[in-house]
Amino acid sequence: MTKRDQDKTTTLANAIRELVHDGDRVAMGLCLESLIPFAAGHELIRQNKKDLSLIGPISDILFDELIGAGCVKAVISAWVGNVGAGMGYNFRGAIEKGIPQPLLLQEHSNFTITLALKAAALGVTFLPTKTGAGGDIIKNQEAFRSVTCPFTSEQLTAVKAVVPDVTILHVQRADTFGNAHMWGNLGVTVEAAYAADRVILTCEEIVDREIIAADPNRTLVPGILVDAVVHEPLGAHPSPVQGFWKRDDEYFLRYHEHSRSRDGFLAWLKEWVTDLPSREAYRTKLGEQMVNDLRITEKRLPIDEVNYGST
Amino acid sequence: MSATFTTREIMIAAAAREIRDGEVVFVGMRLPLVAFAVAKELHAPTTIGIFENGVIRDRRPLSPIVTMGDPPNIAAAIACSGLIDVMALLQRGRIDLGFIGGAEIDRYGNLNTNWTPELRLPGSGGAADIASFARRTVIIMTHEPRRFRDRVQYLTSAGHGTGKGWRQSVGLSGGGPSKVVTSLGIFSFDNSGEMILASLHPGTTKEGVQAATGWPLRSAPTVTETQPPTVDELTLIRQFDTLG
Repeated sequence: MTKRDQDKTTTLANAIRELVHDGDRVAMGLCLESLIPFAAGHELIRQNKKDLSLIGPISDILFDELIGAGCVKAVISAWVGNVGAGMGYNFRGAIEKGIPQPLLLQEHSNFTITLALKAAALGVTFLPTKTGAGGDIIKNQEAFRSVTCPFTSEQLTAVKAVVPDVTILHVQRADTFGNAHMWGNLGVTVEAAYAADRVILTCEEIVDREIIAADPNRTLVPGILVDAVVHEPLGAHPSPVQGFWKRDDEYFLRYHEHSRSRDGFLAWLKEWVTDLPSREAYRTKLGEQMVNDLRITEKRLPIDEVNYGST
Repeated sequence: MSATFTTREIMIAAAAREIRDGEVVFVGMRLPLVAFAVAKELHAPTTIGIFENGVIRDRRPLSPIVTMGDPPNIAAAIACSGLIDVMALLQRGRIDLGFIGGAEIDRYGNLNTNWTPELRLPGSGGAADIASFARRTVIIMTHEPRRFRDRVQYLTSAGHGTGKGWRQSVGLSGGGPSKVVTSLGIFSFDNSGEMILASLHPGTTKEGVQAATGWPLRSAPTVTETQPPTVDELTLIRQFDTLG
């Protein structure tokens, strides 16, 4: 499924409509606490996608929002909650009470979810590890089996590959083909991009191909993996984007308070997602003052140049 | 010289003191983020911090942070890698010390962050991995009877299992928990792998600790009083603890 060198820019609404289907396995929030594709998540909610299986190591509040909105059938994850505040109330509500619907859970550790995606990226059915031995996580036979090393007879745990139908990423910049430059911590972004059948990129900037080709080590997702490129500045808010946006800590704490009750969450969902037609409306709602407060203005550039010279 | 301090502050100070200069430390969420900054500034200038999002630092975050992914923890890092890279460091035995926490702990230092019959918890994150492979772990916990149980109800992060020899028998290469820093005191482990009381925070008593612990707690030969945070420690903790 090589994706040809052509212009893949589109709107977020079109990308989500065409590339994410009810029942899909969707990987998101792969950098851990930064570059979380909240704009894409909110569009999934607006388009009323159903029975999704969400894949990601930890997700901060994105998975909790999608669970509360009734989009999610299953979660394949190491941690679901609100990093700054603790509990994810919708996650708990779905598991403990089946509200708004029951939730299937495939428990992982951060290492095992990484290996599940890496196996899929490599096109193999499992990868072995020594993590979690003696514990309860690896007792789940759907995801883990005990295996004997054919070379040393050592006992290892085989982690079954997890293949996302779609991986959604927010990155600093990409060209129209989908060659993505990103920097800062990477989490499992690269593994998830290589593992998925389809990749949607949202980005702060769409740049000329020559900017990409001038710094090829920065291209962590090559365009041949990508199906859609969406220009969506602030598309990771309230999570941070290195060099562009600070983390909006207060927003996470307000979500924590609102989501304590079902009514509180539904009011929050209406105000911040379903009443807003697009991410542009969301940026307007945040307000110019808030957007300016969150904008990173410091320039911190490499002190010495990286020379890619060849002759 | 000391000053007035909170329970949270003495816990952070105690955690920071567990970091020895030169060590490679897997830092973890929340309190350890502050403990790393305190240790870097005061007594462990050459320690290296490993963060599970892939960041490797030789210095504290440039300004206070809530999560390890905040921009001041990325700027001036010595490396920004991925989860698979820092997990490789763990599984290959290159991490001296890892910080973890939990909702429940038992007498052998096993932790539960997944399930109780009444409560769905957030899950392991990287805790099960750190517990598997770090040469030693330090556990940070709020000390309450419902959390300190004779046996955890789900084993997320392995401590000393059922006691001496268990970790080797199941194939865990890391050394397991060496200390538990709680809201009441500091605990170490005896040769059988059982948690024992090592020091009491000022104002707490053995009886009070026992009342909050779900098994007959044994004590180290000498139980000391936890050294209160110094003025220098408190200054740094108050500067970097954004959630306190």
